[in-house]
Amino acid sequence: MSENKERIVLDVAYQPQVRTATDTKRIMLNVILALMPALAVAVWQYGLYPLVLALISVASAVFFEWGYRKLMKKTCTVGDLSACVTGLLLALVLPTNAPWWLPIIGNFFAIVVVKQLYGGIGKNFLNPALAGRAFLLASYAAIMGRYAVPKALTAAVDGVTMATPLSYLYSGAAMPGYMGFKSLLLGTIPGCIGELSTLALLIGGAYLLATKVISWRIPGAYLGTVAVLCLIFGHEGYGNVDWMLYNLMSGGLMLGAIFMATDYATSPVTLNGQLLYGVGCGALTVLIRYFGGFPEGVTYAILIMNLCTWAIDKGFHRHQFGVTKEDIAAEKAAKKAAKEAAK
Amino acid sequence: MSHTFKGGVHPNYMKAPEVPVTVIAPPSQVVIPMIQHIGAPCQPLVKVGDYVKMYQKIGENPVPVSAPVHSSVSGKVIAVEPRPHPLGDMIMSVVIENDFQDTPELMPPLTEEQLKDPEAILERIREAGVVGMGGAMFPTAVKIRGGIGKVDKLIINGAECEPYLNGDHLTMLNFPTQLLKGIELVRIANCVEKAYYGIEVNKQDAINLLNSLNPAQYGIEIVPEEVKYPQGGEKMQVKAVTGREVKPGGLPSGVGCNVVSTRTCYAIYQACYEGKSVIERIVTYGGSALKGPVNGLTRVGTPFKHIAEQCGGFVKTPRKIVLGGPMMGICATSFDAPTVKGTAGVLFFTEEEDRHVENPTCIRCGKCITVCPMNLEPVFMYMYYSKGDYENMEKYHVMDCFECGSCSFNCPARMPLTHAFKTAKIMFQVKMAKEKAKAEAEAAAKEAKK
Repeated sequence: MSENKERIVLDVAYQPQVRTATDTKRIMLNVILALMPALAVAVWQYGLYPLVLALISVASAVFFEWGYRKLMKKTCTVGDLSACVTGLLLALVLPTNAPWWLPIIGNFFAIVVVKQLYGGIGKNFLNPALAGRAFLLASYAAIMGRYAVPKALTAAVDGVTMATPLSYLYSGAAMPGYMGFKSLLLGTIPGCIGELSTLALLIGGAYLLATKVISWRIPGAYLGTVAVLCLIFGHEGYGNVDWMLYNLMSGGLMLGAIFMATDYATSPVTLNGQLLYGVGCGALTVLIRYFGGFPEGVTYAILIMNLCTWAIDKGFHRHQFGVTKEDIAAEKAAKKAAKEAAK
Repeated sequence: MSHTFKGGVHPNYMKAPEVPVTVIAPPSQVVIPMIQHIGAPCQPLVKVGDYVKMYQKIGENPVPVSAPVHSSVSGKVIAVEPRPHPLGDMIMSVVIENDFQDTPELMPPLTEEQLKDPEAILERIREAGVVGMGGAMFPTAVKIRGGIGKVDKLIINGAECEPYLNGDHLTMLNFPTQLLKGIELVRIANCVEKAYYGIEVNKQDAINLLNSLNPAQYGIEIVPEEVKYPQGGEKMQVKAVTGREVKPGGLPSGVGCNVVSTRTCYAIYQACYEGKSVIERIVTYGGSALKGPVNGLTRVGTPFKHIAEQCGGFVKTPRKIVLGGPMMGICATSFDAPTVKGTAGVLFFTEEEDRHVENPTCIRCGKCITVCPMNLEPVFMYMYYSKGDYENMEKYHVMDCFECGSCSFNCPARMPLTHAFKTAKIMFQVKMAKEKAKAEAEAAAKEAKK
């Protein structure tokens, strides 16, 4: 007999025996890569300080994730890179001249309170980065509302800080000449680190669509709703098309629609639910921009829709293969008949 | 319009149809299990010491839903006892010592008139032990008989959407005329005018070859289909070719369709024109434990151990023996288990193919929902499964899952989704059986009181 032969131990598992190469880590890495053009624009216009802020933010997010999991004796989840994404996104929604300690406070709230207290990745019901920003907006309103002058505008503007395109839209004043569509597209404007250049964000969004990290549904419904509502309602002193384009390209809308609203854990998974969620985000953003107390509506619009995600998913439970519209109608009719018969 | 369905995935196909068909030398002993089909197990017709011929019937059960089994070699019966079955468990098997003479015992080929008579063809299909050789192993005669009168569209499944497998493709390339004649027989047996042969376009050479042989003269139309898994699923084939959707819990015959696999049609050709019973088929051997892929003409009852030797041994230690394709194939538990009629592939996988993680955590990306061909929502089904919430599992139609594995395949977090649903379905059946038994017992008790 072959006693010397090594005994082979066989694994037994249900199907499938193969898996796609794309895993959680790869998806998170793709999001980080997609954000690089936006970060590069900030470095181009504001020097290395935004990059330093981003690095501090990522490091603190990873530290809080690691520390919390260690303290609670849970498995370490730093390797999935989701904390890196949260840290990076939080940095990108801070002003370019934010103090270095600001992202650390924001990340503590985002990672520990919003994400980990509810069980970590996939379990949080609010977008951690946006919740962190909302927390900082409430706590450090002055710092969060002060925007530095980009390199391209130092000749045109006196002083260290200036108003953003969105604040002009909010007040209804005419847009200054140096804030044309080209400046908004390229990002030679004041604002938060990640929201400067519409073009850079669209490149990142195209990359995410190409790598199938996100689908068109949420950003499409979101941006579409904002565009349609702005086109219909318009504003005094602006042409309706101009008003719509300015609204789409200013503030955090692009960053929010492409990177924040599409956050997996806090957006619906049902296909029609995603459309409704996008429409809801868009409508709330426009509502807040028109009537709210802040110039910016994206943060709160998305956070509010985050809270509706569970209900939306429940409501858009789809019909399985083989069930036609006639079947559904017949079922409804039968139910109605049964009710009436009971009466 | 490209013929396909909604959802599905694109796995790494790893197909190697260019590898020529080699003959796996028959082993010195074959093990023929008495269960190689869905239905009642066969009773052995031979005893230890009997001499049997190749193609000879050695096991049978007279009930309708069953299929006889035949000897794949000639030689002496040396044991009739339970042996390891590829699908697990010990199953009554006939072990035959090969005399390497291959002395045949063929059935007489069908006559010209019989080849046009559905009843004669069905009788031969049953007698030759033909089962669904795509892997389901449902007795073909029963399937066709059940559809007569209801079926207006016959669909032949040539998708071969599982990665690795080449058997159907090579059958199309090597035996095109025989295959078309086999399909014609199935068409006659089904009493329909036309058969639709759905083939994925990654087999373009086979599509061209079959089209060049004028399939219309046999009443066959070739339908090219998009390359997507699980295109070869029965319900997906029906949807792709006819646009009809099989009702939840229903069979294709419910919407007037019958789906028969390529290899089954070829087996029917062999049974009717050559009088051969099902004892061999082209099986693809692959996986990183082997030097390279092998398309081997293999006798039924060849143990995996012998196959591994014939394929040049292992270059790495295998961790899994996968039966069929990697998407729906399950694992064998023993190297002593043999191939059966439904074995389209045997894959020897190592750590290389494994993408298992220790603590999978759902990130709610919803990628399982976009790929589910049955329009289900695996993310919620899994959530309710892990809570043991049967009511909601039923509400989310866990019973509609046909375990194609697309959701698990596409899951970036590596959640064991298909595994969970397969388990849930079994638990559901057990629960339903228990409830039924309980209700019956109560009814009986009431009856007794009266």
